Amino acid sequence: MNAKTRRILGTTVGILIVAVMLFPLYWMLDASFLNSTELVSTTPTWFPLHGTLAGYRNVLSSQGGHLFVSLIVSVGTVVVTLLISAPAAYGMAKLRVPGRRLLLFALLVAQMIPGIVMANSFYVAANDLGLLNSPIALILADSTLAVPFATLILHSFLRGVPDELGEAAAIDGASRLRTFRSVILPVSRNAMITAGLFSFLFAWADFLFAVTLTTQDNHAPITVGIYRYIGANLTDWNSVMATGVIASIPAALLLIIAQRYVAAGIGSAATKD
Amino acid sequence: MASMLSEKAPAAVAAGAAPRRRARRTAWRAAGFVVPVWLYVLCFYVYPLASNVKMGFQNYSVASFYTGSAPFIGFADYTAIFRNPQFVSIVVNTVLFTLGSLAFQFAIGMALAVFFRRVFPLGGVLRSLLLVPWLLPLVVSGTVWRWMMYNDSGVINYTLLHLHLIGQPVPWLASTNMSLVAVIIVNIWVGIPFNMVILYGGLQALPEQVFEAAALDGANAWQRFTRITLPMLRPVILVVLTLGLIYTVKVFDVIMIVTQGGPANSSQTLTTFAYDLSFNQLLFGQGAAVGNILILVAVVFAAIYLRAVRDDGEARR
Repeated sequence: MNAKTRRILGTTVGILIVAVMLFPLYWMLDASFLNSTELVSTTPTWFPLHGTLAGYRNVLSSQGGHLFVSLIVSVGTVVVTLLISAPAAYGMAKLRVPGRRLLLFALLVAQMIPGIVMANSFYVAANDLGLLNSPIALILADSTLAVPFATLILHSFLRGVPDELGEAAAIDGASRLRTFRSVILPVSRNAMITAGLFSFLFAWADFLFAVTLTTQDNHAPITVGIYRYIGANLTDWNSVMATGVIASIPAALLLIIAQRYVAAGIGSAATKD
Repeated sequence: MASMLSEKAPAAVAAGAAPRRRARRTAWRAAGFVVPVWLYVLCFYVYPLASNVKMGFQNYSVASFYTGSAPFIGFADYTAIFRNPQFVSIVVNTVLFTLGSLAFQFAIGMALAVFFRRVFPLGGVLRSLLLVPWLLPLVVSGTVWRWMMYNDSGVINYTLLHLHLIGQPVPWLASTNMSLVAVIIVNIWVGIPFNMVILYGGLQALPEQVFEAAALDGANAWQRFTRITLPMLRPVILVVLTLGLIYTVKVFDVIMIVTQGGPANSSQTLTTFAYDLSFNQLLFGQGAAVGNILILVAVVFAAIYLRAVRDDGEARR
């Protein structure tokens, strides 16, 4: 077999693998357009040729509130996560604060705590504080999914930033807070965006905290919306799948953007000039 | 001389002490940047952990929310769980779910990682497309799989029937024999990208010369894989498997969406069992106790993971 046929074979097999692995996504898109007779048919409809947008119309009327809650909670999670993580990463990577190794270790281990344990405790705490069904409780709970990841990623980015950058600012008489605000933050913009996007995604996809901390339907995010939807309507699959498609859009969009930043991120913007 | 020294000494000491004092003061000021994260760790990780451990020894039920008190009952929550007629089968389910998921995620992830090391047109694009399942909300992918696994109208049964791989539709979600297999299949699909990415990264870090030398010595592809790739990849493999184990034991979304642990607890694992106890039966003490068992499992495997990471770091140094 010569090199050319090997390469063509590689691409062919690669496309086949991707087609099989991503088939469920196509199947979701397909089902979201099917009409009601096609949905219950025993032969699958491979292409939605007689498609309908009824599913999408249903989503907008019945799931719009859930999407809005998800948006609020996800944005809130990004804000809380970055407020905690960015200064922490700076303190550990550049100011060499005492106890930083212990802190890194604690964050590494924190990611391994089973979510159901956190949910159990958060439910009791939220109940005591009267925060059940409040987006605040969800934002704080979801931030526990993001803070370790964001801190670790910002920490490793800042370790790659030359010390001279901060020192030059210090010699110019800038306080630590000013150095952080006007030197470190701009330099780590791409790493911050990456950390923020992933925080958004973690919160957007969260189901466990959402289903435990919201007991009223109108305060529930989209993941719980879908969960209750499939519990209630077992025939309305085009609407369910349309909800799934819409719930995937922010993830897809953000990741297309993030990929650019991840690639451009580490190392580049730091010490040009 | 002596007087000069004694005169000079305090000044020298003072000169040395001032920067040190300043350094200490700035170190304290610097600590201001990490005080929030420390408080955060205490409030949002240490406190929930401690409170869950405590709840495992309390009779914490729905009444506790009204009265505000939950009496301590020793190990009664644990004995109640161990005596639960479902407990043994739930532990078996958890082990099967974890091992089944891990084995196939790892094997398929490894095969894909090895495959995508070849250089061919579109290789990079196709590889990054494979990450998509990992990035979707699990609720969404779980829902799609549920739709695909339907008995009569599901595409999986349709395809298998037409390929003559099965004689009649498999009741993936409705049968107590198949539901665990169904959630394992979905979880394998979810986990393949993670395994592939990390193993691919590990493979890329291996020195190419070793493989070339082995090929020159006449080793075939399978020999090169088992005798060179696997041993050299050992630290990465250990990390993938232990992390995979920690993440698989706590899988919640996939099971809740696809089968909700049913039918008749046939796909219930410790994680969904803990949820069921706390949030359906409102036995928060028992739910916490199951959670504590999960913590214990996580601690054991976290220790293995941390050792693997440390050994790996030392080996590279």
